[in-house]
Amino acid sequence: MNHAPVRTLAALTLAALLAACGSTVKLDETPVETRTPVPVANVGKTPSPPGGGAAAPVAQSQVATVNVGQGAAGAAAAAAAATAAGRVVYFDFDSFVVRDDARPVIEAHAKALVANKAHKLTIEGHTDERGGREYNLALGQKRAESVAKALTLLGATDAQLEPVSFGKERPAVQGSDEAAWARNRRAELKDKQ
Amino acid sequence: MWSRRRFAAACGSALALPASAQFRLEISGVGATQIPVAIAPLRGDGAGGVALAPIVRADLERSGAFRTLAPAQQLDERAALPQQELRAAGADALLAGSTTRLADGSFDIRYKLWDVVRAQEHFARATTVLAGDLRLAAHRIADEIFEKLTGDKGVFATRIAYVTKAGRQFSLQVTGADGEGGHVALTSNEPIISPAWSPNGRELAYVSFETQKAVIWVQDVLSGKRAPIANFRGSNSAPAWAPNGRELAVTLSREGPAQLHLINRDGIGTPRRLTASSSIDTEPAFSPDGRTVYFVSDRGGGPQIYRVPAAGGNVERVTFSGSYNISPAISPDGTTLAYVARSGNSFRVTTLDLASGAVQTLSDTNDDESPSFAPNGRLLLYASRAQGRDVLMTTTLDGKIRTRLVTSGVDMREPAWGPFVR
Repeated sequence: MNHAPVRTLAALTLAALLAACGSTVKLDETPVETRTPVPVANVGKTPSPPGGGAAAPVAQSQVATVNVGQGAAGAAAAAAAATAAGRVVYFDFDSFVVRDDARPVIEAHAKALVANKAHKLTIEGHTDERGGREYNLALGQKRAESVAKALTLLGATDAQLEPVSFGKERPAVQGSDEAAWARNRRAELKDKQ
Repeated sequence: MWSRRRFAAACGSALALPASAQFRLEISGVGATQIPVAIAPLRGDGAGGVALAPIVRADLERSGAFRTLAPAQQLDERAALPQQELRAAGADALLAGSTTRLADGSFDIRYKLWDVVRAQEHFARATTVLAGDLRLAAHRIADEIFEKLTGDKGVFATRIAYVTKAGRQFSLQVTGADGEGGHVALTSNEPIISPAWSPNGRELAYVSFETQKAVIWVQDVLSGKRAPIANFRGSNSAPAWAPNGRELAVTLSREGPAQLHLINRDGIGTPRRLTASSSIDTEPAFSPDGRTVYFVSDRGGGPQIYRVPAAGGNVERVTFSGSYNISPAISPDGTTLAYVARSGNSFRVTTLDLASGAVQTLSDTNDDESPSFAPNGRLLLYASRAQGRDVLMTTTLDGKIRTRLVTSGVDMREPAWGPFVR
């Protein structure tokens, strides 16, 4: 972690020098290059610097269009209400059923999605820490799909929603008791840029 | 009852090494037949910062097939065999040799394996390696001893991949089979899971969350060149290479619930759906002949392991005992299924003999994950937890000899044992 790039380069340089000298030294050790992730959209282009966000640059002269005739004020109010209602839906152990106590959250977000068809949500499913990573990823996906279905039943469209999962990889709280597990079995509704 | 002895081996010199080669060995049960081998201190060993003899000794011990003895006297490859002393100590074989630093900085390594019982040479070898390959050279010596004395190919010179988590930083590591001599293949502030080696050992497929969702990438290990091969709506995960290396079985949720698909290794073309259920189908694993795909499904209620022909067809249930069985891996000879079974609150590495149906629990830890077979089929590598840390363990297939790979205080998880390649 703290040594690989420089050391690999040094090893390669040494190897190249030795090869150039006609040495009989075996060169079959395979170095492994260290890479920092490049956002999918940027693959093939120049990698962005570490820590640099993937956000597209915004022109300073850009002006957002507000169309009063289409009821934008109502949409903004619905979006504000959705945020106020909360963005997290909790689940029971080993379950992907949307509980009744999640209804205010679902209804508020459905209203905002119906009011503004340009509004999009990513629904992130999460699980508690018990069990395998891949199975939990699939379970979290099922939770996200359940929330998406509840939203479409109230008028949102599939095109407005992307259900994804983080499985047990991104817990909301640390801990290995039922209180922590209950906080981690959740779906988070996030505005999509 | 179980007898257990703990043995800690530390190798390396006082020189700073990238990672100290430490492991802890637990032997449980009695009656394990182990070949006693004496590993003498090599003349000049450790001059390059890496001592070979302790690595050879650790490799052989971890395999479960050997008990090693350390003669006090230094014996190089030219020494006469002290047969009487070694017989008295119970040794069947002796490794003796030397390492010498050459003018160009590389090392000349000479070694000899003696048959102590017959007072004959098994073999004698000489090789020259770069200082950076001393660790690999030690693993190769261990492989030669293993193959000579057991008849099976050794796996000590193979590589493993795993993920470490240190603070918020996730790293995909590629190391020797002992978890040492590591290189970082990828670092990210978002989770990395499910690394899988291509059959030729040159590429790794894995799942990275760097774009705020699960996407499958394939990375060339040597060059670091990488590209996403499955980035569909929803989650893309659980890559498993077909033995022919041309396609992968993956889990996609582009049509709703997680389902198995086959995709080309370059990601070009439309994924071909392999399962069609309204349940979770995930964690595909090919049989070594490439004809069958084992996977996990909760179509019967809880997660169980099933199999389906790779060409498509009828799905058949494979595991029946217990209510939660996940993470299938098939032995290289195709006869044994390893998986993680839940019993109460314990998740343990378990094997199923596919012919007889015999089930065996191999561990006594509670949080096992991701079993992966050594390419010779004699060991399983898996993730577990100990003292509040994610750790990597190996076990023999009878569960009698387990070792823990240890590095400096980071969480280690998601192990994948690479193929025979070098």
